[in-house]
Amino acid sequence: MLGYTIRRLLALVPVLLGLTVIVFAIMAMIPGDPATAILGSYATPENVARLNRELGLDRPLVEQYFIWLGNLAHGDLGRSYSLNRPVLDEVLERFSATLVLAGAALVLCTVFGLLIGIWTAARQYGLVDRVLTFVVLVGISIPSFWLGLLLILLFAVRLRWLPASGMQAIYGGGGLGDLAAHLVLPATTLAVVATGVIARLTRSAMLEVLRQDFIRTARAKGLGEGRVLYGHAFRAALVAIIPVIGVQAGFVLGGAVYIETVFQWPGVGGMLVTAISTRDVLLVQGGVLVVAASYVLFNLLADLAQTWLDPRVQT
Amino acid sequence: MTTLRLIWRNRLAAFGGIVLCAVVVVALLAPLLPLPDPDLTAPAERLKPPFSAGALLGTDHLGRDLLSRLIWGTRLSLAVGIAAAVIAAAIGSTIGIIAGFRGGRIDNLLMRGIDMLMAFPYILLALAIVAVLGPGLVNALYAVAAVNVPFFARNIRGVTVGLAHREFVDAARLSGKSGARLVFTEILPNVLPVIVIAMSTTIGWMILETAGLSFLGLGSQPPQADLGSMLGEGRKLLITAPHASIVPGVMIFLIVMSVNLLGDGVRDALDPRLRSGALSRPAAATEVRRKAATPAAGAGAGPLLAVEGLETEFQVGARVYRAVGGVDLAIAPGECLGLIGESGSGKSVTALSLLRLVASPPGVITAGAVRIGGEDTLAMKPEALRRIRGARVSYIFQDPLGTLHPLLRVGDQLVEAIRAHAPVPRRAAWARAVAMLERVQIPNAAARARSYPHELSGGMRQRVGIALALVNDPELVIADEPTTALDVTVQAGILAILDGLRRERGLSLLFITHDFGVVSQLCDRVAVMYAGRIVETGPTAEVLAAPRHPYTRRLIACVPEIGAGRRRLEAIPGLPPPVDALPEGCAFAPRCDKAAERCRTGQIALEGSGDRAVRCLFPEEVPA
Ligand code: SF4
Repeated sequence: MLGYTIRRLLALVPVLLGLTVIVFAIMAMIPGDPATAILGSYATPENVARLNRELGLDRPLVEQYFIWLGNLAHGDLGRSYSLNRPVLDEVLERFSATLVLAGAALVLCTVFGLLIGIWTAARQYGLVDRVLTFVVLVGISIPSFWLGLLLILLFAVRLRWLPASGMQAIYGGGGLGDLAAHLVLPATTLAVVATGVIARLTRSAMLEVLRQDFIRTARAKGLGEGRVLYGHAFRAALVAIIPVIGVQAGFVLGGAVYIETVFQWPGVGGMLVTAISTRDVLLVQGGVLVVAASYVLFNLLADLAQTWLDPRVQT
Repeated sequence: MTTLRLIWRNRLAAFGGIVLCAVVVVALLAPLLPLPDPDLTAPAERLKPPFSAGALLGTDHLGRDLLSRLIWGTRLSLAVGIAAAVIAAAIGSTIGIIAGFRGGRIDNLLMRGIDMLMAFPYILLALAIVAVLGPGLVNALYAVAAVNVPFFARNIRGVTVGLAHREFVDAARLSGKSGARLVFTEILPNVLPVIVIAMSTTIGWMILETAGLSFLGLGSQPPQADLGSMLGEGRKLLITAPHASIVPGVMIFLIVMSVNLLGDGVRDALDPRLRSGALSRPAAATEVRRKAATPAAGAGAGPLLAVEGLETEFQVGARVYRAVGGVDLAIAPGECLGLIGESGSGKSVTALSLLRLVASPPGVITAGAVRIGGEDTLAMKPEALRRIRGARVSYIFQDPLGTLHPLLRVGDQLVEAIRAHAPVPRRAAWARAVAMLERVQIPNAAARARSYPHELSGGMRQRVGIALALVNDPELVIADEPTTALDVTVQAGILAILDGLRRERGLSLLFITHDFGVVSQLCDRVAVMYAGRIVETGPTAEVLAAPRHPYTRRLIACVPEIGAGRRRLEAIPGLPPPVDALPEGCAFAPRCDKAAERCRTGQIALEGSGDRAVRCLFPEEVPA
């Protein structure tokens, strides 16, 4: 397992390097002149040229990339001109908020997705299965940004049970309970689609496993249905489900963009939307890079978890 | 149940199709409908609630008619979603076909690039592309199309790789067609249906994603409005005028939902496994639906196992396969009965029916009784049945690789069996498990107990299978071809272990096999099965010496030398009849060289005197 983990970590290096190339290329492709964008359209050509030189933008692209990569290695992602602060500071601050939201959503969708999948598989074609299968279909069809608005209307505006926006109350907020209250609606909204996807996959994976011979053996041993379902069938199905949870992490991280906008969650998604509108290239670049890298890392975790659960894969 | 489900599914799919068609038709007809100008502002009319005069769905913050905006917005959203799907399909499929057809370095390079793109979270990549191109509906369209390219590239590459090496493509290649012509004449027509299906499953997503970008203000720019930007505008008035956000959201939801319903319906309809019921979940115990009342139990102690008139069917849709057609068996304590027959004769289904382990659906037990110590397992509550399984009666299955759980250590699988029937602490159960593994002659049992099934050899795995069956000291063991999947060299060892333990513990054994040689080694009595019925039974030695049923005689003739025979039974010309089309009269008649007119009509009873019985009108003579 240790050797495998190290090999997987090493295999990560080219992927991460590839990510930096793509992200850098995106920045380089942006039309227009960053110096003009920073100085405004009234800047003199001399000033623009000087700034270009300072930013290293007069050098060949490949050289620029390696300089940028070198800076990245030192934790220097440049400076956001719209916020006038280092990109890394801003991105990390925002990303921690996104992690709280996405993490909560991921826990929710994993737990409920697995449970719904197991329940529906266990009662295939029964009433519970049909009702839940339909609910799941509704869940994966509903636009998450719209669902967020509906939940705000119901729970924040009508019932006044939960706050509608932000991460903390403006006055006297900041406690863990306050955070949890602010988290309920956005995390739920963010989790709905992924829950549906995981539930569907779990159902079909469970049904696939339940027809296999070792399930018959488990029953022939005299195990109870609960044990057969959870201890044997689910245990085997999980191996197929975990990679999908890894992929869902990507949808949750991406979907956070909508949810953060709807609930004004101070995360990296909302930051990106603003940065795109204000054409703050370095900020977009930093945000995309950090989120994408975290997705890659999460997939590595899913991969390791799968290997750990399935002794047949280890070599 | 399966048909019910299919109807339910298809009704939903039909519903989705109808809704989708209606939406598309209305969107197409938008210019012809008597709608007010969607962009006409009227400050005096602003924020009218739905159902007000002159504005069925109300108006927005600029007094624009929401119904009109909704229909025009739907038109735009559909157009953009479909366009994105077409672009993604075109580019992605091109990449996929090239990669799959050319293979080698090009394939590697293209797929590496696709993998890189997939390392980005889906929506994030779309955002990055919009950041490059700048906000705008067309740019959002490109972004959404680009993010979906990998999906098409991967799927289509897979299909193309499969096609590129098929005979008809090779033949065309040999006839001197160029690569490009091959692609257009041979590959593309075969890939096209896959592309269309992939499009139909992703188009809903693409409509949703473009709407999402517009919602964020990165897609369509005012005054032009698609559903997403309507929702984005409505959101600003969420509290004062909730209808402005609810209306466009409902429309997006309806479109995506109906696309998904339709897609699911199509996929299910194309899946043959769903029709055949092969995707059904087997219940904890085989369903019992007896046509007649249970035969009354015989008085007195009786044998350990008594099977009376057992019938098991597989009901697939309207077709009924009767695998077991009225079987009677009895096993006394300490006795070994061999149940022998060709594959498909119903011997395994008989064995599995005893503790109701036949997969159900589609299996149903339709008649008979299975008494174990006088109690009918077919009438038992699930919990009572569970207590017998693996405790009083246990099974050894054919293929130990498929029948042991692949992800659990073999020791743990034994421990589980022990603790399912007795409140033994884990430690003690583990010790018992290791001791049992030693009894089946697994070398270094303490270490082997920590192995996973795939780490053991076939012979070792089957020893684990035997240990699993014997660990709770059962009274009866049912062994279903336990050595068939094994190497000839290890078969003898396994049989010796099984026989030794049986005698030592005084177990009863029901041994299912197709091999008379094995029966002669192990069994006191033998029952020969053909087409779901017992055709002959008697003490092994007597049946071997003087078979009375023509089928039995031929079976024995197939074994060149008793005890050494490992040959399969293919030597008998012809095949057993299909169990859904049993001939009237004797099922063996088509293959029997003595068959007469009388053999093909009516029921033939299993008749005999003393220990022996035979189901034949013209049994072989018993030599005096
Ligand atoms: S009943 Fe007739 S057909 Fe059947 S085995 Fe006997 S002789 Fe052959």
